[in-house]
Amino acid sequence: MLLARVLDEKFATLYRSGKIHGGVFLGKGQEALSAAVGHSLRAGDVFAPLIRDTAGRLAFGANILDSVRTYLGSVLGPMRARDGNVHWGRPKQGLLAMISHLGAMISVVNGMLLARRFKGVLQTVGATCIGDGGTSTGSFHEALNQAAIEKLPLVLVVANNQYAYSTPTSRQFACAELVDKAIGYGVEGHEVDGNDLGECLEVMQDVVTRAREGKGPQLVVARLLRLCGHGEHDDAHYVDPKFKQSALGRDCIEVSRQYLIGRGWAEPGTLETWHREAVETVERAVATVQREKGPDPYKEDWSALASAHLIETHPEI
Amino acid sequence: MSITYLEAIREAQAKALADDPRVYIYGQDVGAFGGAFKATKNLAQEFPGRVIDSPISEDAMVGSAIGAAIEGMRPIIEMQFADFSTAGFNQIVNHAAALYWRTRVPCPITIRLPCGGTSGSGPFHSQTMETIYAHYPGLIVMTPATVEDAYSMLLEAVSLDDPVIFCEHKYLYYHLKAERLPTEAMPTGKARIAREGRDMTIVAYSAMVHEALAVAEELAGEGSEVEVVDLRSVKPLDTDTVMASVARTGRLLCVGESWPWGGVTAEVIARVATEGFDLLDAPPQRLNAKDTPVPYHPDLWAVHRPTARSIATAARNLLRK
Repeated sequence: MLLARVLDEKFATLYRSGKIHGGVFLGKGQEALSAAVGHSLRAGDVFAPLIRDTAGRLAFGANILDSVRTYLGSVLGPMRARDGNVHWGRPKQGLLAMISHLGAMISVVNGMLLARRFKGVLQTVGATCIGDGGTSTGSFHEALNQAAIEKLPLVLVVANNQYAYSTPTSRQFACAELVDKAIGYGVEGHEVDGNDLGECLEVMQDVVTRAREGKGPQLVVARLLRLCGHGEHDDAHYVDPKFKQSALGRDCIEVSRQYLIGRGWAEPGTLETWHREAVETVERAVATVQREKGPDPYKEDWSALASAHLIETHPEI
Repeated sequence: MSITYLEAIREAQAKALADDPRVYIYGQDVGAFGGAFKATKNLAQEFPGRVIDSPISEDAMVGSAIGAAIEGMRPIIEMQFADFSTAGFNQIVNHAAALYWRTRVPCPITIRLPCGGTSGSGPFHSQTMETIYAHYPGLIVMTPATVEDAYSMLLEAVSLDDPVIFCEHKYLYYHLKAERLPTEAMPTGKARIAREGRDMTIVAYSAMVHEALAVAEELAGEGSEVEVVDLRSVKPLDTDTVMASVARTGRLLCVGESWPWGGVTAEVIARVATEGFDLLDAPPQRLNAKDTPVPYHPDLWAVHRPTARSIATAARNLLRK
């Protein structure tokens, strides 16, 4: 989560200095939850992150270079500069490349889990993240219902960060708590303090185990606050100050730092070393990618089809 | 023995299931019930666990097919009616269609769309959707007009590494019969000369091929020879066969059952006009459905879409130009 914070901050700096085309979307304030999701999964599982999951991706085992290459438009990145910022993945390795339409990834995870059931591959879990706003979509409803019907090992993590872009949760849903939806779908529901890394790890490891053991879909709702704008173009002036002053507004990195020091599990100097190492890792990755080539539009094949024989016979399609 | 267009679709799915363990069918009422049109009749019994009822969730039906395809499966999704595919539109055009281009992971899914008007079906059980899907990069759009093509193209759809929108026409389900299933087939992207003629070309696809053939027969009695080109697939579009036909006849009429704004007929005319303007002896013409939702009443419905009668009028006008 520390590496993710440092990496995200680097992306914000690069954005402000005009080195990144398009938007930059940070996970600030959500790293504990996101890292716990990625950390609770194992090789062979499926993870479909959303926009604030740099931490989850890294904890799932993603290469930091993939993230940097996608933001900086390197052809060596997994999306080869065809898609940018947070829209990257390696689907064959179980890491899905999100599309922007919220809720759309959930049923795709369902399909991967269904396919594995067809093939007799059991014991793997699929996890995906979404925000409070995403719970209002039809896709969210259809997919969670589908997963419940099929009793799939799906872990659906809702980061209730209080705002969908600028819209507060009062304009998003009318139930008392989002986790109340679980019973309506016939799935198990869990709540967690998203700023508490220890609790996030405990809950996530428990729900992933429950899913793996065949207890069906698990809905996890985390309480936290987005500590940044929707994207770096957004100053988040609409965030109610009362949230920032409440427990919701605590910074999960700082909470973790104090936790480790308070228990004597780490010295302040050790934490400083971890931070310095994270900065070095990020700087090295960015320096590497900044030397790489961007895409050459004249070498693009400009074809969206996988069927090579049709491209050959029908260049105009 | 004879086999209908609908039975051919059922047989193609049975063969796909039998030949390839990666194939499964997912859709509303497709299981024990056998589908709203019985296109999956008995398949759930013959292939246990591989023909699965879905909830009424078109978005999740397509989304899950994308996930299964990533895992190497080859799902067939049955939309109960083509019209309902709009409820899964996002997953089709933004997710499935873009997946290979974005990630280099192919997305071999076949989405069956029971298309087109039948009398009395009204605005939401009658649409033809080929135009809107053909607009999006990354999709193959098939529009079989014959029993043989319904069978062989569906098998080809399942074998292709790209998402295929398979537009099967409900009007042809029971009306069209063949003696036997084909053992060989033309590839997708290759149009078929359904009838030869030297005086004008009618380009059509799906059910409109049969309306065009009826017109060709009628006009033959008046001394005019109409060539009918069956596009078979609208994406890819076989421009070469169309151009070669227009080179022979000098006159072009395109007929489609979908709405007039843009679309397949406009695309065909645009290609011929830009690449083969000199081949034309008269301005190219097009005939589509009227620009309203599909009406319920049979008297309105019969006039809403092109029919042999309206095509014949358009054809005679073109022959006089």
